[in-house]
Amino acid sequence: MSLAISSPHAHGGDTIRMTMLTVIIALLPAAMVSVYLFGWLAVFLIVACMLSCLLTEAVCLRMMGRPLKTLLDNSAALTGLFLALTLPASIPWWMAVLGSVFAIVLGKQVYGGLGYNLFNPALSARVILLISFPLGMTSWLIPMHVGPSALNMYDFSAALAFFLHGPEALKLGLDAITMASPLGHVKTEWTQGIGVAEALNSYHYSYLDAFLGREAGSIGETSALALLIGGIYLLARHTITWHIPFAYIGTVLLLAAVFSVISPEHYSPPMFHLFAGGLILCAFFMATDPVSSPVTPLGQIVFGIGCGVLTWAIRTFGGYPEGAMFAVVLMNCAVPLIDHYCRPRAYGHGGS
Amino acid sequence: MPAMLRTLAQKLGMMAHGFHGGVHPHERKLTAGMPIEDCPLAPLYIVPLKQHIGEACTPLVAVGDKVLRGQKIARAEGYVSVPLHAPTSGTVVKIEEHPVVHPSGMSMPCVFIEADGLDEEDHSLERMTNWRDLDAAVLRERVRMCGIAGLGGAVFPTFIKLVQDKKNPIQTLVLNGIECEPYLTNDHQMMLEQAEEVLQGMAIIMHMVGAESGIIAIEDNKSDAARVMRQALAENSELAHVHVAVLPTRYPQGSEKQLIYSLTGKEVPAGKLPLHVGVICQNVGTAKAIRDAVLLGKPLTERLVTVSGDAMPRPANLRVRLGLTLRYVFAQRGLEDFENIQILHGGPMMGERLRIPDVPVIKSSIGLLAMHQDTVMQAHPAEQPCIRCGHCSQACPAALVPNLMADHCRNEQFDKAEAYNLFDCIECGACSYVCPSNIPLVQYFRYGKGQIAQLRREHDFAEASRQRFDARDARLAREKAEKAARRSRVRKELAPAPDKDTTTKVEKSTNDKAEES
Repeated sequence: MSLAISSPHAHGGDTIRMTMLTVIIALLPAAMVSVYLFGWLAVFLIVACMLSCLLTEAVCLRMMGRPLKTLLDNSAALTGLFLALTLPASIPWWMAVLGSVFAIVLGKQVYGGLGYNLFNPALSARVILLISFPLGMTSWLIPMHVGPSALNMYDFSAALAFFLHGPEALKLGLDAITMASPLGHVKTEWTQGIGVAEALNSYHYSYLDAFLGREAGSIGETSALALLIGGIYLLARHTITWHIPFAYIGTVLLLAAVFSVISPEHYSPPMFHLFAGGLILCAFFMATDPVSSPVTPLGQIVFGIGCGVLTWAIRTFGGYPEGAMFAVVLMNCAVPLIDHYCRPRAYGHGGS
Repeated sequence: MPAMLRTLAQKLGMMAHGFHGGVHPHERKLTAGMPIEDCPLAPLYIVPLKQHIGEACTPLVAVGDKVLRGQKIARAEGYVSVPLHAPTSGTVVKIEEHPVVHPSGMSMPCVFIEADGLDEEDHSLERMTNWRDLDAAVLRERVRMCGIAGLGGAVFPTFIKLVQDKKNPIQTLVLNGIECEPYLTNDHQMMLEQAEEVLQGMAIIMHMVGAESGIIAIEDNKSDAARVMRQALAENSELAHVHVAVLPTRYPQGSEKQLIYSLTGKEVPAGKLPLHVGVICQNVGTAKAIRDAVLLGKPLTERLVTVSGDAMPRPANLRVRLGLTLRYVFAQRGLEDFENIQILHGGPMMGERLRIPDVPVIKSSIGLLAMHQDTVMQAHPAEQPCIRCGHCSQACPAALVPNLMADHCRNEQFDKAEAYNLFDCIECGACSYVCPSNIPLVQYFRYGKGQIAQLRREHDFAEASRQRFDARDARLAREKAEKAARRSRVRKELAPAPDKDTTTKVEKSTNDKAEES
């Protein structure tokens, strides 16, 4: 029996395991939409990422002499799911596995494991992949139900062959099965001097499709609806607080609104920004990753605003069409500083 | 602008009403509504000489002395202290060390009284039925002499709080009937059964401190108590400016500073007392004890104790004489085998784990809980890394950032821990309660506070030594200078001194030599 243990002698029952599981559950709607849109390819990608994350974690734990049952905290599984959902369906299996290894080793374990990482592991892995394989990471397959595609992703063997050996195995040209993402399209058109409205027109852009997820993109990022359902679930379960997502999305909307009013030809409208790319996934799931975000409420607001400004700025002025993951990873660096300066006013210390 | 943003964020992050943070543990009030029963008298009583915050008492009795119930057996030492009284009539059989309520199982000098079974009372204190005409100082002395200390569990000598301060006049008396700890129901039951007495105590306190208004604070899980107190107030013409405030149930609402904020919206400044915002708080049990001391001339020799816990065969609200052992009290309710049982003194959130049941009930014994070993152990599994979820900050009633503060304590960066307002932590345990990583945050904070206190003592000691050393140096230098001055004066008087310069030089060198040798 242990001696002289300090109060309290009761516990609310929250565990890391349950917290992580809650986030996994919150991601299920988005995962289901990804399977609906990308068929077996989405399944393969999710399974490959989750398994390789778990395996890498196991190897790391073994090397560090930590108990293997740490795997049960679900954090590695969650990282795998996160990573899969931010990847395009077109990438080959080894890229997914490599990303998973990056996520666990460089994103998490080199810092000392869960709780010590500076960056969101999944997002940092995605950034590494994007920089290393720019083409592979920006080839967006035409989702099922969206347009005619030469690849039937509901066909198990075809999907498996594609996943293992790439489009060559099926004798498919990339052009026949891929399309531009809305963000990519607008950016490309802009570089050719075509305005936002015209670009959206030529893309046949529809806000409803974007909201529901019937558009090209990373497998888990397309459906704003599915992600919002998950986000609301997280808010309702008190796993996250409103501060980061609201500050983040609010900032992007505000900046987009102001600038699109000033010059609608140059700047995309706010709702386009909202539904495009990884904004909602990042705002509700990535930026709120507890380990790499501030703990203080004011700090979370500052962090969210910072993510919003960077996301909008990179999308608008940067070389990459999408800036959400860069924004979050950049703001991750500032977290200790933000927390230090945003401590809440303690009871009895000044104030009104 | 940052200050404004900060305030705004805090306002938005706060619950709509009441203090910041807080948690809602399972209430498990097994004994709610159970009538108060008297715990039977026993043959032996053990009275520890320190039962309150402050100095221990000095015994006034010797082995073999006969004592009556309520007779003073130990006198207070120093200002922050109150005397002790015999819990029953009998004979002092020994005065020696015995284990007391403490997680370490440590011992302390105790007076052992063998009961004669007659339970005769000492009636030497007169009844102050005319208290309304008496000076506050007289009543205050009565409260002190009757050994009353805060019966909500903090056991701070009550008389110290009952002052009239010209600079900080007290407007409001808050009667604390919150009882926010799980399991505990003794205050609840006292309000149900002894509302009249509690109100009399309240009137006496208000008279003593000159408070114009009073608030009886009760949580909404005790609406029957609120009803009874309101009824009693309606029948009491004297307490016109007193009302019952029902607050939403939330732990740690009963903590003085949090309660004052919930009721008045005022924050007690850090390092200050509630009286600086014109408020004093008293527990309902303390009010009743003050009433007994003043109206009946009865010193504090018993208290209400919630005897409960998930391993308790027959939980109850008991009126227990101080000095009975926990083993005896538990036995009265059917618990005799302590195998796989963890005893808690106080509630599960702030109480202490005891290693043995052979310690006596003292003034701070609000509850005695017998818990299954597993239940308590489940609250303390292995510590995992902090995932910075921020639930501790959200739960902290003092609006601290517990996880960062704990990091600083663990890394022994005590200056930083202090900068994070470590000393504003009230150790309520809300942070540890919600932590998904099971980090014993409160334990880190206690460690940090202890270490800082130790460092301060060492620093003060070193500082005092340095000052002594400097003073010695200064004295030696002064003496040397004085001696030199004296010598030169003497020489000057003796010699005619034709050549002034050489004389001085010679003098100086001789002087130096003299000092060196």
